[in-house]
Amino acid sequence: MLPINRNLLKLDAEAQTAEEAIRIAGELLLTEGKIESSYIDAMVRAYKEVGPYIVIAPMIAVPHARPEHGVKEKCVSIVRLKSPVLFGHPENDPVTIVCAIGGTDDVGHIEVLQSLSTVLGDEAKFEKLLRTESLEEFMTIVM
Amino acid sequence: MRVVTVCGMGFGTSLMLLMDVQAIGRKHGLHIEGEATDLGSAKGKPCDFMVASSEIAHELKDVNVDVIPIMNLLNKKEIEEKILPVMVRIAKEKGEI
Repeated sequence: MLPINRNLLKLDAEAQTAEEAIRIAGELLLTEGKIESSYIDAMVRAYKEVGPYIVIAPMIAVPHARPEHGVKEKCVSIVRLKSPVLFGHPENDPVTIVCAIGGTDDVGHIEVLQSLSTVLGDEAKFEKLLRTESLEEFMTIVM
Repeated sequence: MRVVTVCGMGFGTSLMLLMDVQAIGRKHGLHIEGEATDLGSAKGKPCDFMVASSEIAHELKDVNVDVIPIMNLLNKKEIEEKILPVMVRIAKEKGEI
């Protein structure tokens, strides 16, 4: 089960660039006290340095950095973008769902990754996540 | 046999891939040891094969083991179809099956 609450979800966020999208997802974690602000910069830097591989599947980006970049507790936020954004991935672009992930050690966030992979890998659930107008329903699906 | 899964930081997608590879191994009775690592450390790690997202796999051209590129990390079917034949071949070569 994902360690999520409604404040860690955002529907139809407006971003023009990959960096803006990553920052929106990061701000949710920051506001909920899950990370230091340095972690947001680290996620953006990681994206710029090691590239668009964080687009793990069609439409889905999972920005993250490392525990030492400022994670207080293992966490995830999920943002659905109003308009898809290009991250520079040759096959999986453009991105609509952005899930920022943080872990406090090398393994603690495995459950988060597994839960996320289960939810987003389920085509029926993923379709609903793309379409629902309701944050409540969105949360029910991801939990 | 031993797998090294690789991503930019050895922390996100490489862990997802390691879990998937080990699950596929269990399903088919193959024991897979392994570790998830970052791109910078991957090249020196002894292993029988590597798995990485396609974008990262491009960067691993000069390693001397199979590098299996995965395009959609949530597509278990793609992962199994690409990885299982390599695992079976290696298991045979090593006399594990």
